[in-house]
Amino acid sequence: MKNLIRLRDGVAELAPHDPWTLLREVPDELPDGNFILPLKDWLALSSGRSELAREQSAPETPELVGSRASSLLQNAGVWLAPEDDPEDLIWRLKEPALIAIDFPSFRDGRGYSLAYLLRSRLGWRGELRAVGDVLRDQLAHLRQCGFDAFAVREDKSVEDALKGLAGLSVLYGRSVIEPRPLFRRRT
Amino acid sequence: MYRYDDYDRALVRERVAQFRDQVQRRLSDELSEEEFLPLRLQNGLYLQKHAYMLRVAIPYGTLSSGQMRILAWIAREHDRGYGHFTTRQNIQFNWVELARVPDILERLADVEMHAIQTSGNCVRNITTEAFAGVAADEFLDPRPLAEILRQWSTVNPEFLFLPRKFKIALCAAEEDRAAVMMHDIGLYLRRAEDGELRLKVLVGGGLGRTPMLGQVIRDDLPWWHLLSYVEAILRVYNRHGRRDNKYKARIKILVKALGIEAFSREVEEEWQHLRDGEAQLTLDEYQRVAAAFDPPVYAPSDDLAFGTALAADAAFARWVSRNVRPHRVPGYASVVLSTKPGAEAPPGDATAEQMERVADWAERFGFGEIRVAHEQNLVLPDVRKADLHALWREACAAGLGTPNQGLLTDIIACPGGDFCALANAKSIPIAQGIQQRFEDLDYLHDLGDLSLNISGCMNACGHHHIGNIGILGVDKNGSEWYQITLGGAQGTKSALGKVIGPSFSAAEVPDVIEALVQTYVEQRGAGERFVETVERIGLEPFKARVYRQAEVPA
Repeated sequence: MKNLIRLRDGVAELAPHDPWTLLREVPDELPDGNFILPLKDWLALSSGRSELAREQSAPETPELVGSRASSLLQNAGVWLAPEDDPEDLIWRLKEPALIAIDFPSFRDGRGYSLAYLLRSRLGWRGELRAVGDVLRDQLAHLRQCGFDAFAVREDKSVEDALKGLAGLSVLYGRSVIEPRPLFRRRT
Repeated sequence: MYRYDDYDRALVRERVAQFRDQVQRRLSDELSEEEFLPLRLQNGLYLQKHAYMLRVAIPYGTLSSGQMRILAWIAREHDRGYGHFTTRQNIQFNWVELARVPDILERLADVEMHAIQTSGNCVRNITTEAFAGVAADEFLDPRPLAEILRQWSTVNPEFLFLPRKFKIALCAAEEDRAAVMMHDIGLYLRRAEDGELRLKVLVGGGLGRTPMLGQVIRDDLPWWHLLSYVEAILRVYNRHGRRDNKYKARIKILVKALGIEAFSREVEEEWQHLRDGEAQLTLDEYQRVAAAFDPPVYAPSDDLAFGTALAADAAFARWVSRNVRPHRVPGYASVVLSTKPGAEAPPGDATAEQMERVADWAERFGFGEIRVAHEQNLVLPDVRKADLHALWREACAAGLGTPNQGLLTDIIACPGGDFCALANAKSIPIAQGIQQRFEDLDYLHDLGDLSLNISGCMNACGHHHIGNIGILGVDKNGSEWYQITLGGAQGTKSALGKVIGPSFSAAEVPDVIEALVQTYVEQRGAGERFVETVERIGLEPFKARVYRQAEVPA
């Protein structure tokens, strides 16, 4: 993806050579590459693989399909739409290479709560990427809710967007990256 | 009063700098209007009919004399000499220039004020009653918890892009003067039998296009769970509230669609993960904030002069009977300064001079504190009874001494079609027409408690549904009409008014109100208030009178 900002140990850097491609829809034939798949496709692939693994001994199992699914999955990330339920990933959180959350509009705030649930409740420690209508003035909120990668909308300047990451120095309440409300942090 | 500490100051200053940069980027077209819109709304800035409108937050309606003087300064320097106090206890200025807004916000920050989240799809100003801390029937001062909620909801990153606006109100007195039941979350604070403070939590109230009263989701929530419980409600709402239709996006629609039981199960399930976590409030924090609201040192007061003045001056006595309220400290009273003098000024409006006078009185006759009531009046919470007569004379001279608190002319009204871009119809001329018709004070006082609320459109900023008489501006084929409701009420006996029938033209409204009032006068029992008569006899006698009258050609 173009226009990607990533946090490494809390420090923001531009990632101009990001290898990932987000697929809004999955075509029948996938070329080689690193794809971020819609949740339902990713789940189908993931459960397909476990079934295949169980049926590995069955003679009619086409060996090829099994290994194809397996290699695809190794190079796959998953993205969640605002209406998706992160709990669907609860038993499979070791598998995705990254999780992305889509913001169809920057005014749709569901992704913030999904990020909270993935990080704070389900314990996702891998990359959490904001995709879609991702803009400078929301980056700080996204960061506080646990996102560590930001695919800034492609018609915007990513250098410019970097300025939005810092946000305000004071957070009264709590967030993913600061789970203690201010009243527990006061000295 | 609550005073900012270093954190509060830093947040407000940084926010001003951030918004200054955003305004700059908008002016240079780096930000599109669509991208700028939610940013400016969350800083209190609307684009209205004539100009930008800035809504400044007055947390739970409490402000100091110094803050009031800054509001007067804004009115004079950046507006046309007045401001409009709102039903959310805030103030709005109707004629500001976009490029100068950051400077206004900077000036507000100097006196520990801001305009953060006075608009937008986020948690709005936390409200409580205007008599918090001084009301004789109060169990506890609600302001510390309101302040804690204010801080917690300010720039809370997860909840800045909710499906729709979100309003929270808190009441801790016998009588509910904060219209708690019409809030997205309503909180009644009580001291339980075991001595603990507990919260009755209501959810899903709201006016607008589909008016509903809140339903009880929790009866006995210990106070230290306040933040975690609100967080659970907000998370369920943020994820599942409708976003496809602005008019069905409030939490009340979600609560109604799921039913209160199913909604409550969702919230409880979410809350189980949070209840014993870091969001749990601590006694230390409560006490830290509560200390800011320690009562002033009241001096013993001699009531003799007050008694003499009451006996000697009938006009003063009349004002006292309506606009002076009991105080929990003997020798003191709370005073309601009416912003509804009649046709000469729109409800809720105050001029810069009036604001400055109020600030002076707050210092001379009180402890420098002022409140804004959700009925859009100003309140001086701590006045020695011995000073009431002097205050009253000055209030009359400044146009703030009208003795009509809670009477028919104490009209709640939104700015309406004269200013608001959303309005279907004007509100202010309707209010003025009614106020002109009911100028006779003897008659008004004889009618007694009667609330009349006017909204210029379905968004119901004028709270028409909970007025004993409600007036709603509607658009019919491009012309302005007014629909009348009867029987609405706020408080612990909240009720939504019922529509009496087809709507009226602006010119007809005063006659209609007069017909309604005459029906009440003929039908009332001894000591029966207007709303009680409506409840007892129903709408029919009122309808019959109004529509029979309408059929007779003038």
